[in-house]
Amino acid sequence: MSQAATELIRISGHAGVVPGAGLNREFRVAKLVDTTTCIGCKACEVACLEWNGYPFSETTFDNTYQTMPETAWNYWNLIKFNEHEREDGSMMLLMRKDQCMHCEDPGCLAACPADGAIVQYANGIVDFQEANCIGCGYCMTGCPFNIPKFSPKARKVFKCTLCNDRVSEGLEPACIKACPTGCLHFGTKAEMKELAETRAQQLREQSGFADAGVYDPPGVGGTHVIYVLHDAKNPELYGGLPKDPHVPMSVRLWKGPLKWLGNLAIVGGIVGMAFHYMRFGPKKEEEIKPDEDGRRR
Amino acid sequence: MTTDAVSRSSAAHNEEMVPRYTLAERVNHWIGALAYIYLLITGLAFWSPYLYWLAAVVGGGPVARAWHPWVGLIFTASLFWSFKQWHGDMKIDDADRAWAKAIPNYIQNEDDKLPPVGRFNYGQKLFFWAMFYSVILLLLSGITLWYTEALPWSLRFVRYAAILIHASVALFTIGLFLIHVYMSAILEEGSFGSMVHGYVTRAWAWTFHRSWYEQVSGGSRRVQ
Repeated sequence: MSQAATELIRISGHAGVVPGAGLNREFRVAKLVDTTTCIGCKACEVACLEWNGYPFSETTFDNTYQTMPETAWNYWNLIKFNEHEREDGSMMLLMRKDQCMHCEDPGCLAACPADGAIVQYANGIVDFQEANCIGCGYCMTGCPFNIPKFSPKARKVFKCTLCNDRVSEGLEPACIKACPTGCLHFGTKAEMKELAETRAQQLREQSGFADAGVYDPPGVGGTHVIYVLHDAKNPELYGGLPKDPHVPMSVRLWKGPLKWLGNLAIVGGIVGMAFHYMRFGPKKEEEIKPDEDGRRR
Repeated sequence: MTTDAVSRSSAAHNEEMVPRYTLAERVNHWIGALAYIYLLITGLAFWSPYLYWLAAVVGGGPVARAWHPWVGLIFTASLFWSFKQWHGDMKIDDADRAWAKAIPNYIQNEDDKLPPVGRFNYGQKLFFWAMFYSVILLLLSGITLWYTEALPWSLRFVRYAAILIHASVALFTIGLFLIHVYMSAILEEGSFGSMVHGYVTRAWAWTFHRSWYEQVSGGSRRVQ
């Protein structure tokens, strides 16, 4: 598509300006996952594999419903199960569809050194461009959600694309298409946020979940995948969803102050040495002076 | 009448060459130097988008990513070899502490006002040890970055530490490297050649490393 470049608002490892910021009229999109109506059927997992052309992976058994511990480079969408015992002794089977959160302020992109290996489209989707990926794995360090996964075969990193290929053609993501309960929704971020808040209010007022709420963490600028949780005060219960995710402090320091300090030190050092040479000149060897005995060694 | 000046002119005596670096020392130095320059080019490519083109110079981003760790191992091996060769000569002693006090003279090229120096001066010793300990930190953090995917999510703080340590220590070594190149290849005439062919003139040794020169020239009685 000819305007593809102008749809980019962030490019990893990119020197200079990004072409697309503010040029196009683009809706910010979002996927809404309502964990309270998810039944853990894994249809979304199958749809994801089908659409993206990956084989089904071997499952592991650990005495729970969990079929594998975490997403993989070729398995981008995984339901996280948690058998949670509530304070009153009753059990809840918490199920959360885990995938890339498509952060507004993506840590993977901040950490990436390869020009154009990670891009953010004007609609908010964060996408890996494997052709530009060098396989350093810095994105795995930058991500607060443990999403980018390294393929030893391809020596590149992969993750959920939010079906950017479908969305750019006006279709909804494959996982949304497959969901039988309607717990998955796709639309503009504003619409999804409104729908999520309405549902959370319903849970609080009519279903007895006093702490129900929407997960759209501000620490990463909000996300383009948002959750409705029965207990928004304890997102960790939902398969380790971080309570207050941030791009790691060390990545911020490395890409911010350390960069400027380092660059200044290098340039300052070179300038200082040039000045030293001009001021004091080269060190030259001297003629050997004889010692007290008149010997010249 | 001095014994050595009977038949030879002062100039000839001054310009006579004395061995300073063995072949093994020189080979190791240049293995380390080439490895470091490769690491510097690829490392800077990963450091800043404005220097990413450096990766293209050495075969592109994925190639640079694949080789950087291996060349890092070569650099580490070179540093360990030089530890084996030089750690005796690099011991910091009282003479070095006296020399350190006179460092303004050294900076202002007033080398005649400095206390006599052994095989290596205090600055060279500091450079050696700083590089040696840096390479250990770079190795440990580098292995972590090499196999980020092998590190479980619960140990992610190791990734966070590694990414900061690797960049900070690398920057520190860039400072060391720049000073080293400036002093040995530009500032002090005769140093660069000595690391190529292994020899310095008597005058050079007398000027910059007088204690060492007295040792290798056999003391005041045995001239030449």
